[in-house]
Amino acid sequence: MPALPSRSQVLSLYRQFIRNANNFSNYNYRNYFLRKAKTSFRQNKTLEDVTELNEAWNKAQRELGVLKRQSVISQMYTFDKLVVEPLQSSHDKRRH
Amino acid sequence: MLRSITRSLTVRQRYLPRLCYRSYASAKVAFDVKLETPTDIETATREQAQARSNSEDVIASGTTALNHAYRENSGFGTRPIYLDMQATTPTDPRVLDTMLKFYTGLYGNPHSNTHSYGWETNKEVENARKHIASVINADVKEIIFTSGATESNNMVLKGVPRFYKKTKKHIITTRTEHKCVLEAARAMKNEGFEVTFLNVDEQGLVDLKDLEAAIRPDTCLVSVMAVNNEIGVMQPIKEIGAICRKHKVYFHTDAAQAYGKIPIDVNEMNIDLLSISSHKIYGPKGIGAVYVRRRPRVRLDPIISGGGQERGLRSGTLAPSLVAGFGEAARLVKEEYETDIEHIQRLSERLTKGLLSIEHTSLNGSSDHRYPGCINVSFAYVEGESLLMALRDIALSSGSACTSASLEPSYVLHALGKDDALAHSSIRFGIGRFTTEEEVDYVIKAIKERVEFLRELSPLWEMVKEGIDLNSIEWSGH
Repeated sequence: MPALPSRSQVLSLYRQFIRNANNFSNYNYRNYFLRKAKTSFRQNKTLEDVTELNEAWNKAQRELGVLKRQSVISQMYTFDKLVVEPLQSSHDKRRH
Repeated sequence: MLRSITRSLTVRQRYLPRLCYRSYASAKVAFDVKLETPTDIETATREQAQARSNSEDVIASGTTALNHAYRENSGFGTRPIYLDMQATTPTDPRVLDTMLKFYTGLYGNPHSNTHSYGWETNKEVENARKHIASVINADVKEIIFTSGATESNNMVLKGVPRFYKKTKKHIITTRTEHKCVLEAARAMKNEGFEVTFLNVDEQGLVDLKDLEAAIRPDTCLVSVMAVNNEIGVMQPIKEIGAICRKHKVYFHTDAAQAYGKIPIDVNEMNIDLLSISSHKIYGPKGIGAVYVRRRPRVRLDPIISGGGQERGLRSGTLAPSLVAGFGEAARLVKEEYETDIEHIQRLSERLTKGLLSIEHTSLNGSSDHRYPGCINVSFAYVEGESLLMALRDIALSSGSACTSASLEPSYVLHALGKDDALAHSSIRFGIGRFTTEEEVDYVIKAIKERVEFLRELSPLWEMVKEGIDLNSIEWSGH
């Protein structure tokens, strides 16, 4: 059983969630996973119990794997931007 | 054109060519081939827009109607906002992630029990079944996979009466059911069964007294949908279940729009049969399920005969990828229930408030007994199809997808006692897990503008504004 995740490890994981969620080229998925990352990390902020913490940590690792794979797939099959999306967005300068 | 996977990788790639790049989840992505597969219609849309603005007819007519159908060349994308969640929902990326491995390696037949290929897929199938059953508090053995809710409904509506045909000859359903239930019930008429179609009140709800009065000694099945697909009205399932149990009649509910979206407990609500669809809960299309109670046992004649899979009720090899995707979708709707419903509720209130602030609009169906993710609004003095045409940047529907090809007004709104004009001018808005607040605000603004625009064109609207009661007019020539 690994030691409990430290504060910096959790923060780093959170940053990875945000970064990978931002990589979705699909507007709806991107916004959903950003929202989900924010709410779920906030929810688990108060976790004290060791087994619960470990469970949440492992689950988050699994979910991060899904996010990494799926954001890549989302970039492989791209569609037009939605009517609410600006064509030049600040965090998406790779597009031209 | 080369689009790499991340910015950091692009940088690395520039300085370190011909090296293996470590990418997400320790996957190696080849950079010398084009990975992106764009499904791009933007160019076509732009060309169309250009043709329109250059066309002499358009300039000569001076009409602004087309300008009102789009937000063009404004620095924004062109793909419409998806707001038709009752027709289908986008596949959740987490669902796709579970499904992919069945197309890359796990290709065994889940019914092959002589080798590990079969065992591994069978394990995944049973795992999915467990997730699907737990959403409605059912037993794993009570879930039968089908191709979708239409097949489930047909299986129940035809299978149960056929099994009990020697003693029971009567089926009860309602007028607002989905087409597949109505048509299946109608087909049973040809086999000598009697069918009672219950009326609903102007709220869209079934009268429990009517239902109880309609039950006869030879009634074998009552089928009432949990959440209506057009108006989002929730029927009192628990009360109906209690009545059916009291009279020892099987109770089937079509929960395609309700599963995972409203709390359902088959034991507490005395539901004997229940239809589920995967693609309404962010799962893959082409799969669904039917819950068939085991204690007390419900028996039905299978429609599809064959190798005896799925307790002999639905033969044919299962599609493990679809089943696993469906299972993951079910696991997610259960896990995310609170956050999803809170999100949908919030956006729904925002949208309802925004739309009803336009004058002469009304919400169809009960405002209390409803699933918040389905909003059906009538815009008086506007023709629904022309409003949909003017809303090319929002994917909406005037009712069920099955009937949207025909121009006949919705039979559900008819059953609620709405007249043709109002039924023609109603539009259904579906909100889901992936809808954002930004999209809702865009929709409210777009609808406001275009309803106003279309009403300005209408002579009827002029008369209404002058205070003339349209019903008092005697139209000549009739």
